[in-house]
Amino acid sequence: MNSNQLVVFAPIITLSLAVIAVMLTIAIRRNFVLTCSVAACGILMSMVALGIACKEIPLQATLLIRVDAYALFFIFLLLLAGLAVLGFCYDYFNNSEGENEELLLLLLTALLGASVLAVSSHFATFFLGLEMLSISLFVLIGYPLKQTRPLEAAIKYLILSGVSSAFLLMGMALIYAQSGELSFSGIGHFIANQSAMNAMILSGVILIVAGLGFKLSLVPFHLWTPDVYQGAPAPITAFIATVSKGAVFVILLRFFISTNSYPLLTVFSVIAVLSILGGNLLALLQNNVKRLLAYSSIAHIGYLLVAFIAGGSIASSLAIESVTFYLVAYFITTIGAFGVVSVLSTSQTEADDISFYHGLFWRRPWLAGVFTLMLLSLAGIPLTAGFIGKFYIFTSATDGRLWELLVAIIIGSGLGLYYYLKIIVVMSMNVEATMIKTEKSSSQWISKVILAALSLLLIWLGIYPNQMINIIQFISNTIK
Amino acid sequence: MILPLLIAVLCLGGFAAWYSEHKSPDAPRWIAIITLVMETILVVGQYTATKHLDILTTDLSPAWFADFNRPWIPRFGIGFHLAMDGVSLLLITLTVLLGFMAVSSSWTEIKNRQGFFFFNLLTCLAGTVGVFLAVDLFLFFFFWELMIIPMYFLISIWGHENRTYAAIKFVIFTQVSSLLLLLAIVVLVLISHNHTGAYTFDYFKLLNTRIDPDIAIWLMLGFFIAFTVKLPAVPFHTWLPDAHTQAPTGGSVILAGVMLKTGAYGLLRFVIPLFPEAAHQFAQIAMTLGAVSVLYAAMMAYAQTDLKRLIAYTSVSHMGFILLGIFSWNYLALQGAVITMLAHGISASALFMIAGTLQERLHTRDMGSMGGLWSALPRLSALALFFAVASLGLPGLGNFIGEFLVLLGAFKVNVLLTAVTALVLILSPVYSLVIIQKAFHGPLQNQSPLSDFNRRELASLGLLVLATVWLGLCPQTALNVSAPALKQIMQDFVVMEH
Repeated sequence: MNSNQLVVFAPIITLSLAVIAVMLTIAIRRNFVLTCSVAACGILMSMVALGIACKEIPLQATLLIRVDAYALFFIFLLLLAGLAVLGFCYDYFNNSEGENEELLLLLLTALLGASVLAVSSHFATFFLGLEMLSISLFVLIGYPLKQTRPLEAAIKYLILSGVSSAFLLMGMALIYAQSGELSFSGIGHFIANQSAMNAMILSGVILIVAGLGFKLSLVPFHLWTPDVYQGAPAPITAFIATVSKGAVFVILLRFFISTNSYPLLTVFSVIAVLSILGGNLLALLQNNVKRLLAYSSIAHIGYLLVAFIAGGSIASSLAIESVTFYLVAYFITTIGAFGVVSVLSTSQTEADDISFYHGLFWRRPWLAGVFTLMLLSLAGIPLTAGFIGKFYIFTSATDGRLWELLVAIIIGSGLGLYYYLKIIVVMSMNVEATMIKTEKSSSQWISKVILAALSLLLIWLGIYPNQMINIIQFISNTIK
Repeated sequence: MILPLLIAVLCLGGFAAWYSEHKSPDAPRWIAIITLVMETILVVGQYTATKHLDILTTDLSPAWFADFNRPWIPRFGIGFHLAMDGVSLLLITLTVLLGFMAVSSSWTEIKNRQGFFFFNLLTCLAGTVGVFLAVDLFLFFFFWELMIIPMYFLISIWGHENRTYAAIKFVIFTQVSSLLLLLAIVVLVLISHNHTGAYTFDYFKLLNTRIDPDIAIWLMLGFFIAFTVKLPAVPFHTWLPDAHTQAPTGGSVILAGVMLKTGAYGLLRFVIPLFPEAAHQFAQIAMTLGAVSVLYAAMMAYAQTDLKRLIAYTSVSHMGFILLGIFSWNYLALQGAVITMLAHGISASALFMIAGTLQERLHTRDMGSMGGLWSALPRLSALALFFAVASLGLPGLGNFIGEFLVLLGAFKVNVLLTAVTALVLILSPVYSLVIIQKAFHGPLQNQSPLSDFNRRELASLGLLVLATVWLGLCPQTALNVSAPALKQIMQDFVVMEH
């Protein structure tokens, strides 16, 4: 490994050092605030390292890792999301009894795994990153030891995640058996030289898609999602919904772009339609906000998949641009929405039943305003980043002439509006004046600052997306 | 520079009204009035601009007398492009006038959370003004969607007993149809991209796009459905009676007076000029839909017992005239459609204000439990009679001019349909007089003392009476403002036909 490679790899090394630093801090002095600051510093240092790495890209650092603008952009996004979740965790766990310091350690290892996925260009790093992410998540989900729901959720996630990893490994093995290659570019060459699609490769790709489908919670691999979302502590749910799914989508996109294997469009189309319709229809039935957001996230990954499928027939840069912008909007919105849930929750009770939100507008107007904004963005209403994201999806799907999928998106959006508005209606219901006064004002200023920043970012991207589009356009041309 | 100000003033006024609630509960409505006065000054300024056509710096035709263009999202050729011609000027004037009415009718009706109420009212108006000004399709869509959300809040927070259902139905109808609009816009832009190699959402650049007729008809339908849902026309009208019935009076005034006109404006500005051939093929169907709306809604209106629901159906009936007029596509019918927009905006809002006043005093909208109000509320009843006959199209009042011109224009295109539509001249007196008969004549049902119109209410309705009489007696003043714009739209159309 020469010095250039070391420089581009610095963000990940920094993050690993942060993990060790947090571990040592806990060993020396068990203090939640201190550990939180060390972890936050680690993430910030890693961001600084990203800035340094920017100068050397694109670079293939060993066979396993390819660092380009695409990878660095997504690492930055994942780290930012991690930082926001860290802030929510601080407010959520600060006053609860028990030993919560290891939570931050696990958060960092999960981020490390996600970052490895973003730079991976080889099956080995692919699998390593994914497992590092998943194993950290099992523990994070079940972290509140004395409650039954998180435990149930953790076990469910553990088993299904294990099964999906097995699928993934089997798929990799099949592809390796046929092509003798483990690196994405090698597989790409092999496929390019084949005249017809090889049955072994095809089944391998299908198995990989099934494995990733579990992590992305696409229908029909979605069964774990609502239970895990509901059971996990709210900040951790935000983490699963964004960092975990985002990183998996990043590797999915890179795998298919760099191996240039778009053979399974019909399979993907079916999955996308099922996810959009299934996610939205099931969300209609929910009275639990976390479950509702879980189903809505299934639908959103479905929308994202449409832009990904369009990549098969349109210029791949437009598809990457659409996916990236949509992911950015999705990250902001989802973290914001779960952030509100997390601010309302305490470590004893999750504020996930819809009755918690009754009259929230008049009790805590700012919080309700932020939540409304996030929901409107999820529904794709203008002035929010979600609208520009949806516009991107529409544009790439139209360019790719995916009319059936567009019809599914339109139906799905109509259904989606109903349940987003349902929450807004509940929040705007009138409440007795006495209820307003009994509301305690707790200082959770970190969460509030994060929520304010997210809202501003959401509106900024919704009104003036130009700078973000320029950045994304740049990175979408560098992926290989 | 005036054009963005027209939108910005309303938005900022909305925020100011919201914020001022902390100072005093009365402050928001005064701030709303001040905002609207500022807006009026800006709009009146535009009327003087119509006389100095040479100030235009761009290469637009002289029908446009104000233009504002800045790049917004260059990646897709999206510009912040606003432009104003006679039609948009008339409609914005209507918007501001009805803005005053909405504030006036909410003066005492809205008792809680006034700041947020007037915020929503003003931003809703801002969105509507944006719709009337935008000539970039993306920007148009942006405003088109943006005006829905404040209206949703107006209905769902300050509405009546069944407000949640009505508000959600309203949003889902308009939102799903507008996704079809977005799809059609994107396809249109991609087609133009394939021809020219550059993305653009600019109305003037897209006007001359050559589109395969098979695709054009689908795109036209995407636009058409979005606009006829908003208009609304049968069979997309079912959201309107619910939304109107449940909305607070101020919301009803905006909804009936202004928001429905955005659908008509969209048909006039976008559907036919962008897809002339497809619209020509489709004209018979659209005109039939218009005629069906006119007659069906008039009959439905007769069957209602809820006063606001009845007025809502008469709105659908009048909007049918507009659909008929626009798709007749000749100068007379288009002028008629524009006048109908203005006259219906005024008369329907006035009727909703009267219904709102009655509900505030009697706590019911059911005409069965009104009756005999003439003796108790003479001033209110007289005004109700005035607007009821205005709405049935009495000569000398605005609605008559509009409907007469529409029928005259449509007669040249389709005699049979026009003849059938004219039957509504029998139906509309029936439903109008039913209001008077059931609510104001007969024995007095409610013996408790009722307060008649006070000065504020008299002044606002008096203004609307003046406007209706003015439109009825001197329609030429309004016709002159819209004439160059309509001729320009028709000219674009002729150029493309050959």
